[in-house]
Amino acid sequence: MNLEDVLSQRPARAHLDLEPRDLLDAARGLFEAGFHLGSVTACEDDDDLRVVYLFVDGPPDQRVEVHVRLDARNPEVPSLAAVSFPAGRFEREMADLFGVVALGHPQPRPLVTHQHWPAGWHPMRREAARAPFDLDAAPFPFNPVEGEGVYEIPVGPVHAGIIEPGHFRFWVVGETIIKMKARLWFTHKGVEKLFEGRDVGEALPLAERISGDSAIGHSLAFVLAAEDALGVAPSAHAMRERAILLELERLYNHVADLGALCNDTAFSLAQARAMTLRETLLRLNDRVTGHRLLRGALGLATTSLRDLPRRDELASIAERVNDVVALANANSIVMDRFRGTGVLARADAIDVGVLGVVARASGIARDARDAHPFVTTRAYSIVTEETGDVLARFRVREREIAVSLAMIDELLTGGEMVTLPRSARGTGTGIVEGWRGAITHRVEFDASERLTRVKVVDPSFVTWPALAVALANTIVPDFPLVNKSFNLSYAGNDL
Amino acid sequence: MTPSIGGGVASALQLLWVLLAGPLALGLMRKVRSRLEGREGASVLQPLRDLRKLSTKQRTRPTDSTWVFAAAPVVLVASAVVAAAFSPLVTLSALLATRVDFVAILFVLLLGSVSLLLGALDTGTAFAGMGASRAAMVGAMVEPALLVAILAMSLGVGTSNLSRLVGVGVTTSTLAGPARILALVSFFIAILAETGRLPVDNPATHLELTMIHEAMVLEYAGPDLALVTLGESARLVLLLGLFANLALPWGIALGTGALALVGGLLAVSIKVGLVAVAVSVFEVTTAKIRLFRIPELLAGAFLLGVLSVISAVALR
Repeated sequence: MNLEDVLSQRPARAHLDLEPRDLLDAARGLFEAGFHLGSVTACEDDDDLRVVYLFVDGPPDQRVEVHVRLDARNPEVPSLAAVSFPAGRFEREMADLFGVVALGHPQPRPLVTHQHWPAGWHPMRREAARAPFDLDAAPFPFNPVEGEGVYEIPVGPVHAGIIEPGHFRFWVVGETIIKMKARLWFTHKGVEKLFEGRDVGEALPLAERISGDSAIGHSLAFVLAAEDALGVAPSAHAMRERAILLELERLYNHVADLGALCNDTAFSLAQARAMTLRETLLRLNDRVTGHRLLRGALGLATTSLRDLPRRDELASIAERVNDVVALANANSIVMDRFRGTGVLARADAIDVGVLGVVARASGIARDARDAHPFVTTRAYSIVTEETGDVLARFRVREREIAVSLAMIDELLTGGEMVTLPRSARGTGTGIVEGWRGAITHRVEFDASERLTRVKVVDPSFVTWPALAVALANTIVPDFPLVNKSFNLSYAGNDL
Repeated sequence: MTPSIGGGVASALQLLWVLLAGPLALGLMRKVRSRLEGREGASVLQPLRDLRKLSTKQRTRPTDSTWVFAAAPVVLVASAVVAAAFSPLVTLSALLATRVDFVAILFVLLLGSVSLLLGALDTGTAFAGMGASRAAMVGAMVEPALLVAILAMSLGVGTSNLSRLVGVGVTTSTLAGPARILALVSFFIAILAETGRLPVDNPATHLELTMIHEAMVLEYAGPDLALVTLGESARLVLLLGLFANLALPWGIALGTGALALVGGLLAVSIKVGLVAVAVSVFEVTTAKIRLFRIPELLAGAFLLGVLSVISAVALR
């Protein structure tokens, strides 16, 4: 199949082999046809390197893989950064981890690796030995902002609260943020490398631990990809149970976020109520799966649940969510803090390529449950808000909780399974709308059904840069609130 | 009036009272807050235990800090206890009671605020500097509100002597005039801002970028932090005590007899306890306002003070 066929016939799954010189035109064509970049993966084969660009669109669910073969000694691809901002991020990640150079990249500097990483050492390559780390070998300074009264505030990576590590550098005048740079990857632990050589059973516990709050999101994306690659089909019953688990994960995280947003305005009464509700939800998770964070319920083609939520439980949860929201709505100071704070304009959100709650709060109707469904329900509807501020992100969560509860209710007895088409034998993709946004896994197996490559894309990876955009004209003391309203994962980003 | 032994005993009593009542009031406020949020909460004694723990820890100070940083907590505690010793908390007849002016007491307390601010700047860290700049902004707007409130109360009584201001409420019924009520509301808002309570500052936050007071003291640890906490809490009960005695003066001892002092001690403890509980209840139901709304809030307090002055003049 060639590019013209793909663009005219729009098949559900397609595979294109391209020369590096044809890549940029093909990408342009696919983007113009409405495709988004799902992931960019470098894979090392026996004698060469291969870069796989996964383009996705939906509904209806379409996935196009573009494979480009490179010389392993001198791997170079033309950069897509000019046509896609996320592509530029993936290319920088690939340059650090695989040494694949993106020619013409506007920001040819490290992304994943910090200054103490040895130059020219690419940990995902097969020949990469354990490298000695020379602390502070090369300085990696920030581009300073200069001018009268500009003040620099470094924050982190160790914070006053118990949160994941990330360094934020602010340049402010008075209290107004002029520029913010986030430096992440303090928790890079080589998760993708750890997958190599495992079979599905050994890999699932790892997938559950990519980001602790997205155990189902990541393990489900992984298991869907593995089933795709190995040609295994789960039953409709198992698929419905998976959909229930995915919504249970969304519930406890969204509820926690509603409370945490109130807490960041010091309205701890709503936080206390939300946290007791979260505890109820965690106990429900425990009853359903035997684990409070929903681990251990998924298997290849199977799902093992101990129990299911009861309808009366769902109703009482809905009532308690409404109580928390009503508390916040009735507090004019909380509403004042939320409204108009940290606005991410729709155009900026599209340019950055954000996913999930953040995208929908800026008016972008993108949701993998809509674009790449594995189960369909009548109760599901996509939730969007238009204002792109903290309040919009609060409202999206609030309304998605209601949708999730209705979906679980329906899934207890109904819901239609979608038969997913197959990718090429031995490779597979899984796309799942985790509670943050679309989680994409792409896997490759060898003949003995052991993993040779897993590419994980947490929505945080593409959404993090939007935080800095949303901070324009925001004041420093509002940063924690804006950051919480994004609530992006460090572990899922750093991998 | 010459300094008397009774006055000296009373002043010593008040000094010790703020040091003990401060941490207990913090504990009480946290307890009330916890219970209202449906949590058990730590014991009311927890701040005292924290102080004991902190005071036994190793002293660590930022490498480049100077004596300014080291002196700030001491000045803070000293300013609070000096102000407490001469204020009408337990009795109207503490040492120098006839000479102590309301403005003087506030400026002694201000000495503590300024020293803490300088101590923060002395560390040279971004957070402490940020906290200091915010504290200076809040402070610059609290002072006018406080002064106008004092002026308003003084106009009605004809003096700014603190003991007379409190005493006039005990002996006459001029207490509940509109001027005094407006002035007290203004004074109360200013106290909340000055002591870093909601809706101006969140004493319980761990979000370093939103902090005002907590950012200033972020570099203090161990015994230094114990002093800062002690000084801050002593200041809190002193201001709450002054407010309580100005609003509800009944029960304060007039003289310095043993029985009168015990009665006064009970009265002020109960009154401050009630005000502290009220502050906690208010804090649970409110939230922290946007930083740039603080001027609006304090301008409101200032305006109430001005209205109070006008009504005091008009009703004279």
